[in-house]
Amino acid sequence: MDTETIYALSSGAPPAAIAVMRISGPDAQAAAAALAGRLPPPRRAGVRTLRSGDSTALDRALVLVFPGPNSATGEDLVELHLHGGRAVVAAVAAALAVQPRVRRAMPGEFTRRALMNGRIDLDQAEGLADLLEAETEDQRRAALARSDGVVGKTLTGWMGALSDAAAMIEAVIDYDEEADVAADHADTWRAMINGTHSEMVALLAQPSVERLRDGMLVVLAGPPNAGKSSLFNALLGRDAAIVTPLAGTTRDVIEAQIVRGGIPYRLCDTAGLTDDTADVVEQIGVDRARALSDRADVILWLGDPQAAPPGAVRVAAKADVAVNGVADIVVSTRSIETIERLWGLLADKARELLSFTSDVAIAEAQRTVIKEVSDLLGAALRETDALISAEDLRIARRRLGSLVGEDPTEAMLDALFGRFCLGK
Amino acid sequence: MKHYDVVVVGGGHAGTEAAAAAARRGATVLLVTQRVDQIGAMSCNPSIGGVGKGHLVREVDALDGLMGIAADDATIHRRMLNRSKGLAVQGPRIQADRRIYRTSIQTQLRTYASLTIIQDEAVALETTGGSISGIRLESGSVVRTRAMVIAAGTFLGGRLFRGHERLDGGRIDERPSQRMSQQLRALDLPITRLKTGTPPRLDGRTIDWSRLERQASDADRWRMSFLPRAHLSLPQLSCAITRTDARGHDVIRAGLSDSPLFAGAIEGSGPRYCPSIEDKVHRFGDRDGHQIFLEPEGLDDHTIYPNGISTSLSRETQDQLIATIAGLERARITTYGYAVEYDHLDPRSLDHRLALHVLPGLFCAGQINGSTGYEEAAAQGLIAGLNAAGHALSLDGFICDRASGYMGVMIDDLVLQGVSEPYRMLTARAEYRLALRADNAETRLTGLGIAAGAVREQRRASFDRRQIMREQARAGENVDVDADVRREIDEDTRYAPYLERQAVEIARMRADRDIAVPAPDTLGGVPGLSTEMIERLRIARPTTLDEASRIRGITPAALSALWLHVRKKA
Repeated sequence: MDTETIYALSSGAPPAAIAVMRISGPDAQAAAAALAGRLPPPRRAGVRTLRSGDSTALDRALVLVFPGPNSATGEDLVELHLHGGRAVVAAVAAALAVQPRVRRAMPGEFTRRALMNGRIDLDQAEGLADLLEAETEDQRRAALARSDGVVGKTLTGWMGALSDAAAMIEAVIDYDEEADVAADHADTWRAMINGTHSEMVALLAQPSVERLRDGMLVVLAGPPNAGKSSLFNALLGRDAAIVTPLAGTTRDVIEAQIVRGGIPYRLCDTAGLTDDTADVVEQIGVDRARALSDRADVILWLGDPQAAPPGAVRVAAKADVAVNGVADIVVSTRSIETIERLWGLLADKARELLSFTSDVAIAEAQRTVIKEVSDLLGAALRETDALISAEDLRIARRRLGSLVGEDPTEAMLDALFGRFCLGK
Repeated sequence: MKHYDVVVVGGGHAGTEAAAAAARRGATVLLVTQRVDQIGAMSCNPSIGGVGKGHLVREVDALDGLMGIAADDATIHRRMLNRSKGLAVQGPRIQADRRIYRTSIQTQLRTYASLTIIQDEAVALETTGGSISGIRLESGSVVRTRAMVIAAGTFLGGRLFRGHERLDGGRIDERPSQRMSQQLRALDLPITRLKTGTPPRLDGRTIDWSRLERQASDADRWRMSFLPRAHLSLPQLSCAITRTDARGHDVIRAGLSDSPLFAGAIEGSGPRYCPSIEDKVHRFGDRDGHQIFLEPEGLDDHTIYPNGISTSLSRETQDQLIATIAGLERARITTYGYAVEYDHLDPRSLDHRLALHVLPGLFCAGQINGSTGYEEAAAQGLIAGLNAAGHALSLDGFICDRASGYMGVMIDDLVLQGVSEPYRMLTARAEYRLALRADNAETRLTGLGIAAGAVREQRRASFDRRQIMREQARAGENVDVDADVRREIDEDTRYAPYLERQAVEIARMRADRDIAVPAPDTLGGVPGLSTEMIERLRIARPTTLDEASRIRGITPAALSALWLHVRKKA
């Protein structure tokens, strides 16, 4: 029986009306309870508010518990039926990832556990093998090939740098008495790890492939009746090349994707929500609007300019009615010219964002691994026992090796013997 | 016609451990060697152990092998490498008096009543129904056996090179085993060439020691073996350190035209981590010098082994080179360095018992499998010997996995990945390095050895006693606990969080080990398995899903497909 608990989205990729997040393994119930509080009785659906560690409400979801062994995987299994927006799914996944002994499932892992515990018909399952090949190896190759191989080059470059750093630590360990090596390499390998670590941190701070593909996140925020919905509709006017309203997210946040002048945008209208609501559902909406604003690339603030969040574009809407206080831009939904001016401003912001972004953009799956590797490198740098640093680095290189398809031990040994004149 | 359960060919570090291990497991054993007086000879450097290698010595000792005890008997200089680092990478290494070492091995072998030693040469294998059934010796006699261990070192097709000189031999002045080599090639086994080398030996009386930096033996008299023995400690000698310089490098460059390595006469690959001095100068041309350790070869022996200048340059170049080195200006060479090229078997044709897939009953150990080093050879010899006895007597196989010992790491690397250069043990190869320490080899392995009937009574009693001490130490009662046991338990505590993290990895590996995979020839048409994947599996022949997972280039998807296939068949 596996000791680790895994989670993954079992329905198709978002956006979808409902996204089903499945958690399987010995800690599945504990992990689900950490987000949802008290769980409903087995095989009975219950509506629960999911919260992250800092109590931010993430979604109001249907929760179903299937205790093992009579579950699809044969282990304790919990299903979270989420509203299908990307933001919700990503937030719930992030909240699960930090639960103890819980990790994201590898491709095919649910199927494998189900089979191992005799829960799935083998004839059906065999057909999955081809699919798995496509899911994992091809996906890895495809991911590497993206951005004209820039991502691949970056990852391979990191692998090389970490192999060199590992070679230095290993040389100091395996060739203790050789003066040529023993000449203190500690600063060199620390510097090399530090360099890679900083690059990873910088890259992690940048928007992912999904962000670039889905568009610059533009959030319309402000108090009720400030004219957000009117502006939202005006921005999606006939001139919009493509408009894709997303299903499943319409209750509290209205989302639309639009491509204009070759730049993708993701517009979100946080609807007219107030802070002092007693309604639970509405309160979640408010919290989500906040969470969304936190991640926004641009906030269009409609309302009292003094109350605008830092960095927000203060929009004086309803320009046709009255203009109050200081604003960055004045817009009237009845004036196509003012709307065009707002689009111009958004395009400037987008170009700024895109030019800031290096040509390396990573996919979410890669991001997860890079985050993990980056954390391990941080641990290796903090450690004073070289043996432990080497251990952290070993695991880091193995994780990174899984992305680039390289054998970490061989890469390190090549670096070791290429760099140092070793052996008596 | 004589019959033995196990026949061992070769009396080096692999052969002696194989013979003793098979005998410990209850087999009648015949050890065949060309020179009985050379049994246990250290043909290259006069030291045993090191980082990684010292771990292997302790593991061989934990399984009641010969090497640790012989090393203790012959120690004339001790050095605990990595003393300032964690115990996991501390590597015990000793300089041995060659003669005493050899004598100790021979004396230990005589304590095995079921072991017979003869001076002869194995010339032909005999098979019956596709399995080993006997061996023909040069003297004409034929010996019946069900299991055989080939531990021929560099003697299979051995050829020596020095400048333009070419000699057939496994060691200087010892002839090679040509017929065995031809016969193995005739079996259509994947055999290629590897090379290794040895430095010139010097007369210590002609070295100016006063000008050299001395390296004294460790003050604390630690031992290699876990077995408490009444033990006569020899006087301890110092080593010394010198360096090559630009003048010497010029001599080497001028002599490269006579080098069999650079003239292309040697086809075999040499090790990157034990390069010849000409290799070092060629590959690291910017370096202004290379370190040389001057190591004594014995108490009543003036020979000095200059560790670091292995070479196959001509005699004249060797003389000139030595004359440029500080302290060695007047040193006299007693034996010139040479390179040796020899046959080795692609170890992927072996299973984890070191048995050939295609010829049941035939086991291989040591340099023939592509490894280098006494310790690597000894560890393989021990495993091959235990399994040869197992085969002959219908006992269980004895397999040490990657989480149990360096010997497991080495054998797994060899039989799954093969070699492109002689394989040396490095701690960097062990993913469970924090758990595999030289000091806890007894805890890791002796119990397994006892369960397999591979450990003699004295060792078992000592182990039982020390296991009680470990219990006491864990409970915090340290009154009657040996100092090394106390230290072992302290170190366990120190690294506990990391050991726990590794325990999860180990549990996953062992779960996959319980899943047998079918022969690669039967995998055609399995959904999700590409021809490329099947080919990779075919070469390495994994028997479990865990082994398959470590073969280079095998994708997670291929593993899932393999696993599904196995489940469906079950």
